[in-house]
Amino acid sequence: MNLTLKVWRQKNAKAKGALETYKLNDVSEHSSFLEMLDMLNEQLINEGNEPVAFDHDCREGICGMCSLYINGEAHGPDRAVTTCQLHMRMFKDGDTIYIEPWRAKALPVIKDLIVDRSALERIQHAGGYISVNTSGNTQDANAIPIRKSDADKAMDAASCIGCGACVATCKNSSAMLFVAAKVSQFSYLPQGQVERKERVLNMVHQMDKEGFGNCTNTGACEVECPKGISLEFIARMNREYFGASIVAEN
Amino acid sequence: MSNGFSKSSVGRKILMALSGFFLLLFLFQHFIINLLSIISADAFNNVSFFMGTNPIVQFAIQPILLFAVVFHLIMGITLELKNKSARPIQYAMNKPSENSSWMSRNMAITGIMVLLFLGLHFYDFWIPEIKTKFIEGNMSGLNEGGEFRFHEELVHKFTDPIRVGLYILAFLFLSLHLMHGFQSAFQSVGFNHRKYTPIIKKLGNLYAIIIPLGFIIIALVHFFNH
Ligand code: HEM
Ligand code: SF4
Ligand code: FES
Repeated sequence: MNLTLKVWRQKNAKAKGALETYKLNDVSEHSSFLEMLDMLNEQLINEGNEPVAFDHDCREGICGMCSLYINGEAHGPDRAVTTCQLHMRMFKDGDTIYIEPWRAKALPVIKDLIVDRSALERIQHAGGYISVNTSGNTQDANAIPIRKSDADKAMDAASCIGCGACVATCKNSSAMLFVAAKVSQFSYLPQGQVERKERVLNMVHQMDKEGFGNCTNTGACEVECPKGISLEFIARMNREYFGASIVAEN
Repeated sequence: MSNGFSKSSVGRKILMALSGFFLLLFLFQHFIINLLSIISADAFNNVSFFMGTNPIVQFAIQPILLFAVVFHLIMGITLELKNKSARPIQYAMNKPSENSSWMSRNMAITGIMVLLFLGLHFYDFWIPEIKTKFIEGNMSGLNEGGEFRFHEELVHKFTDPIRVGLYILAFLFLSLHLMHGFQSAFQSVGFNHRKYTPIIKKLGNLYAIIIPLGFIIIALVHFFNH
């Protein structure tokens, strides 16, 4: 199929940037969206132009790097997929496709379609971990009984890949779905209890400091999340936060 | 309570929801009283007199209500401004209707329309009440003929077609506000349950349709009856 692409080009973080229009012909409907961009880049290089910079790593939906806002939706028109899992058969011959970077003050563009996602990392550093004894007497996790439904929920929350689609799609650029997933995954598990209260307080604090917006429960994040992270986790984070705030001594 | 609670995003969300819940309760009792006005003028007069003179209602619940409205308004606008500033550069192509409802995305707009109506409503009812009761010092609730004045005053307000029109418009906006707000408030306070949340959403839609529609019907009944 033959396509018209409107791609955001921006030299560096400071440059202004603009949408550029490119024609790309003979794209196979069996190719993935990123393969289509590879074709575009080959064409640009052959013409002596600068290729489009875009993030990607695993190309199988697990690393969360392929952050593209395609035709007005995070990761494009398909549901429960990342951009690398998006097939060109979702588009038609003659289509015009807008390709933009995530837009949020907290996730600024570095170049073309690549954003600086370190704000999400800093939230993780603020509490998205557990401390374990590594002196050689670490308890075998399999020896600790965990209710099946709790284990399942922890697993559901842990499937968040930190792609940032929730932020990109939210009208408020809120990161609450991401933070809720990261707060919740440990809150179900015995290993997560020790730092449970500090975790939610510190992670929410860091999230606010990074300049993400405030959730108004539109539910857009849940629809666009490639891993189907549920709004239930945001409700859970709110409960965790309320409980931790009440007993906090500072 | 941690110091940062009322400054944090999650804390504010919870406070917003609490003020929303209070307003939902208030609106419900207001609706029941208004409903009386088309059923029995006497009953309406008695309840109005009670609400207007009972010290608990006047000096405990009414200040809380005023606080809740002002809080909800200021917090709502603060959040809206913060949220706007969190995305300085907009998408060239965006399709928000693919993943969220119009109501959920326009709470500030529907809220401000309700606010404009509240201005008119205060001017119509609340300010004259305060004037009669606390400036002129007339706590009797009676008119010059020695009868309760409340029902008569209410009916009088609904004779002007422009006022009735504005009233109807305002309740349509309130309906849109509550269509999202009711269920949103539960989510904000952390109540989300696979079994109960679908029921809350249905209840929310019922509330958001029945109550505003009821207010509209009551206004129309008075308008066509006078
Ligand atoms: C004074 C005019 C008003 C303004 C400017 C306003 C504005 C807002 C805003 C900006 C939100 C936040 C959106 C969200 O988090 O979903 C909100 C939520 C809400 N509003 Fe209002 N509103 C007003 C009046 C009312 C009234 C009169 C009621 C009820 C009778 C009401 C009930 C609610 C509820 C239940 C919520 C949901 C709270 C939550 O999501 O946690 N609002 N309002
Ligand atoms: S919650 Fe979903 S959309 Fe948000 S970062 Fe995690 S995987 Fe991506
Ligand atoms: S490239 Fe890793 S998720 Fe798409």
